[in-house]
Amino acid sequence: MKKIIKYVIADLLRSRTIIVYTAVLLILSFSVFSMEDNAEKGVASLLSIVLFVVPLVSILFSTVYLYNSSEFIELLVSQPLRRKVIWMSIFTGLAGAVSLAFIVGVGIPVAFYAFTASGILLVLCGCALSLVFVSIALWAAVRIRDKAKGIGLSILLWLYFALLFDALVLFFLFQFSDYPIESAMVALSMLNPIDISRILILLQIDVSAMMGYTGAIFRNFFGTAGGMATTAAVLVLWTVMPLWFSLRFFKRKDL
Amino acid sequence: MLTNESLRLMIAIQHLSKRFGKLTVLNDVCLTLQGGHCVALIGPNGSGKTTLIKSILGMVVPQSGKITVKGKDIANEWQYRNRIGYMPQIGRYPENMSIGQVLNMMKDIRKMPESALDKELFVAFGLDGMLDKRMRTLSGGTRQKVSACLAFLFNPEVLILDEPTAGLDPLSTELLKDKIITETQRNKLVIITSHVLSDLDDLVSEVIYMQEGKPLFHKSLQSLKTATGTDKLSKAVAQVIAIHELID
Repeated sequence: MKKIIKYVIADLLRSRTIIVYTAVLLILSFSVFSMEDNAEKGVASLLSIVLFVVPLVSILFSTVYLYNSSEFIELLVSQPLRRKVIWMSIFTGLAGAVSLAFIVGVGIPVAFYAFTASGILLVLCGCALSLVFVSIALWAAVRIRDKAKGIGLSILLWLYFALLFDALVLFFLFQFSDYPIESAMVALSMLNPIDISRILILLQIDVSAMMGYTGAIFRNFFGTAGGMATTAAVLVLWTVMPLWFSLRFFKRKDL
Repeated sequence: MLTNESLRLMIAIQHLSKRFGKLTVLNDVCLTLQGGHCVALIGPNGSGKTTLIKSILGMVVPQSGKITVKGKDIANEWQYRNRIGYMPQIGRYPENMSIGQVLNMMKDIRKMPESALDKELFVAFGLDGMLDKRMRTLSGGTRQKVSACLAFLFNPEVLILDEPTAGLDPLSTELLKDKIITETQRNKLVIITSHVLSDLDDLVSEVIYMQEGKPLFHKSLQSLKTATGTDKLSKAVAQVIAIHELID
């Protein structure tokens, strides 16, 4: 398995997209931190950029890579290799390359300017989001044979997680504003990995005071060790489930 | 005679069927292929040639039927592919890799000692001088050469070549044909699909003609030629098909 991971990573790191992605993240982070004199405020500004850009790049880059390397995957399948090994190696390679780019692009500036709990949490959440969206991309790309449709689906999925989901939550909030739905909000946020990351980091920066009663409920849940563990488990689940579904499909796929 | 034949039996296909949605691509195919033969797999476009090849390689999972390679069922297996060298119709490789890196990767996957490798074609095509060239800079013909080299490199017992001469220059085509003849004489099984029947004339010993997902006939080249009274494969095939159509 190591061999194939090695070749996938070597191939990815040589592609320009990953290098440009790293450079853009580096420039963004350094400029945000040099504009804000307060490290916590810097993390807060960086957070909105990270939550927007990381999922988009992870899902789109992975989908495009999978479609472009379909012949390479075919070549590997015709070799004496297990399909499971091939698929897991591709995931590991993609996830490794995307999160490495993120660690270099955001982790280094954070280490320089905001080496605090919230800064470290931002880097960790960014890495987790990279993994989640690579995993979702794998699922989208394995299900759909047509390249244009597959890329379309991955953009739609990103749009859903980044924008539409929040709109739905707002709608839900207004519809049921007469009821005590604060605990339901915590459960609802688990359905979106981007929201989980946002809440986790915002609570760490201590702007939850501005979120009113819901903020207090969030604090009660996400602030505790048990809540943190649950959240981490949910993020792991968000990575494993799409990956598992895609692997099951890939094993039976006609290439 | 019988024991000799069963010893040389390489691939047996029993009642293989494959559908893509409503379209039946392979319809109850039964074939036995033996070592020491060069088999031409011919037929019109969309007759199931490539699907049949891909089923043998495990790239396409059939709905029903069984394929055995050297007596072993290949369903859910992967080690048997060590015995097969495959040259795809269009060989595409990671764009950023050089020829040398692709070769090293394949050696890495197959884990074969350097001394056991068959580098004849590799040297004949002059690929050893361009190891540093990136795959994306290569022409279609050079990619075909790389594919051909990779198929032969690990001395496999079964060689599956999908349109091997498409895109190759005449000189390289001759080199490849010579290599195919030597390998057949070494008791290997070579399966070739091609639309250029004149290329196959001096190579093949058996012909399988596929039509609508079924082998219409599987005959030795010799018997095909005597039956039709011609000495060109293309003419013989044309005659047999004409006769079949008359019967239908």
